Amino acid sequence: MAEFKQAPAGASVAEQAMTWVDNRFPASKLYKEHLSEYYAPKNFNFWYFFGALAMLVLVIQIVTGIFLTMHYKPDAAMAFASVEYIMRDVPWGWLVRYMHSTGASAFFVIVYLHMWRGMIYGSYQKPRELIWVFGCAIFLCLMAEAFMGYLLPWGQMSYWGAQVIINLFAAIPFIGPDLSLLIRGDYVVGDATLNRFFAFHVIALPLVLLGLVVAHIIALHEVGSNNPDGVEIKAKKDPKTGIPLDGIPFHPYYTVHDILGVSVFLMIFTAVIFFAPEGGGYFLEFNNFIPADPLKTPLHIAPVWYFTPYYSMLRAVTDPMVNVFAVLVALAAVLAVLKGGLAGKWKVAVLVVAAVGVVALKVFDAKFWGVVVMGAAVLVLFPLPWLDRSPVKSIRYRPSWVRWLYGMFVVNFFVLGYLGIKPPSDIGTLVSQAGTLFYFGFFLLMPWWSRIGEFKPVPDRVVFHAH
Amino acid sequence: MSDAGIDQSRRTWIAITCGAGAVGGAATAIPFVSTFAPSERARAAGAAVEVDISAIQPGEKLTVEWRGKPVWIIRRTPEQLAALPTLDNQLADPASARTQYPTPGYAKNGHRSIKPEFFVGVGICTHLGCSPSDRLTPGPQASLPDDWAGGFLCACHGSTFDVAGRVYKNKPAPDNLEVPPHMYLSDAVLLIGEDKKA
Repeated sequence: MAEFKQAPAGASVAEQAMTWVDNRFPASKLYKEHLSEYYAPKNFNFWYFFGALAMLVLVIQIVTGIFLTMHYKPDAAMAFASVEYIMRDVPWGWLVRYMHSTGASAFFVIVYLHMWRGMIYGSYQKPRELIWVFGCAIFLCLMAEAFMGYLLPWGQMSYWGAQVIINLFAAIPFIGPDLSLLIRGDYVVGDATLNRFFAFHVIALPLVLLGLVVAHIIALHEVGSNNPDGVEIKAKKDPKTGIPLDGIPFHPYYTVHDILGVSVFLMIFTAVIFFAPEGGGYFLEFNNFIPADPLKTPLHIAPVWYFTPYYSMLRAVTDPMVNVFAVLVALAAVLAVLKGGLAGKWKVAVLVVAAVGVVALKVFDAKFWGVVVMGAAVLVLFPLPWLDRSPVKSIRYRPSWVRWLYGMFVVNFFVLGYLGIKPPSDIGTLVSQAGTLFYFGFFLLMPWWSRIGEFKPVPDRVVFHAH
Repeated sequence: MSDAGIDQSRRTWIAITCGAGAVGGAATAIPFVSTFAPSERARAAGAAVEVDISAIQPGEKLTVEWRGKPVWIIRRTPEQLAALPTLDNQLADPASARTQYPTPGYAKNGHRSIKPEFFVGVGICTHLGCSPSDRLTPGPQASLPDDWAGGFLCACHGSTFDVAGRVYKNKPAPDNLEVPPHMYLSDAVLLIGEDKKA
């Protein structure tokens, strides 16, 4: 508990008022800890705009969302018409709606870039593991938020997209059919489904999301920001002040810096809203301008672009792919037994687990394993801090070939994303199967490949050229 | 906290209180989770639908809604019926033996229906729930084999079905189209959703 402070004699009214508040609520303390005396490394580059931008888009989504709920009707008979009513009759409603729908795509663009930044500069490594884990939880929450929000306009893609995704849960052995019934609240996607997705979308998930964002930032401000060099700035402090030599206060330096990022972002964002709000059918799919019709499926169903890499992986899991998985599981078990240096009883345990895995792969439908792969593709991000055994953080000081590997990872993610919007084809399936194996190989083999090669010397201080 | 010995009886009471609290909390979750289940109204909406089938011409299909799903009533031509047995070796489950979507006993026959002429089936693909589209004209056409005998194509993931709703082999859909419970009230009136053995 803090001492009760007195404003100095002759202090201004404002100063006296602030002292009064600070004695009752730590306003000045919070301001200092998180802004004016939060020291961030001075060598932030382009990639460091996206954390602040993600916060901005979150605010845009919440504010536009509140105004949309004032006119939207979460009722299967009225939902589609109420969205068109917002678009045509509510003054400026079209702008609020397009800000919200474009904001969803912008959110994913920014979050993907933000995650990529964390990956290349090792921002998830010790002691920032929890920042990364909270971030992955935010990503997962965001995916649920986007999926449920997409049902609300009650167009053909809303309806059939939800139908397909909810039916995926029905593929889970034993509990699947009951689980999908519980999600829908009816025997088909209907009014009950729309109503509950609305509740999740506007209140339940945003609350969780906000809590996670707060946890993400508290964890960040506890350990301090990483930087493109992956050098701990707290290791070199000014002996007199105790301030990191390479640190600058977040406010005013990075608040002003982020205004540049925000300005450029808003130029692009508003350009999309005004000139291409449908994003060529990628942000708002054309079939979604047709009211939901439970009796007729559109000829081609694809999720919105930000889900397509995962959708590709889902579709990649066919019967031959399950056989490949079975062979890989067996191979991994044999390697672990021969090379793992395990004690006798652990060898037996590995073999038993692998045998159970192979049997399960063959017993359950490929459809189920597709669902598992899609879920695992997101969940595999969580343990990244423990998968990476690299002795340095930043890609700048990792072996040169690692850059090529990360480049391939990005290309692979784009290829999977592209295939996910296309109708299924034989060659597309083969490519997405290779892509799925690469994606999982990248993460699951990381404990081995991240240690290989010649690492470059990491400097004591951050590299920074003043301009 | 003092270093004095731990009062074990208080510890026990704390453990019991926490346990009781956890049980109470979990029990409170039951009504909340239960609200996710289909409501009584949703259950009641599963009521049977009466359909007048007298106007359907041979080769035509009528779609009606039952429990929010499309139910197809197809009046098959003699040629279509004659072609059905010849397809058996291309089908995944020609005899409707699988039990995921059990075919009612009265439809477990070569034409999967009560009256050979009329097929009644739920027009929802057994893969991921899209509604297949009509491709009733036989012969080569886009996305279909050259010896296509007429039937249905699910555009979502490429499953194909014959005019008895039977799924072809090596397709994503594992099962034949579901046959809903149904019965004829008279020659012209079909009841979908009930099949009382009257």
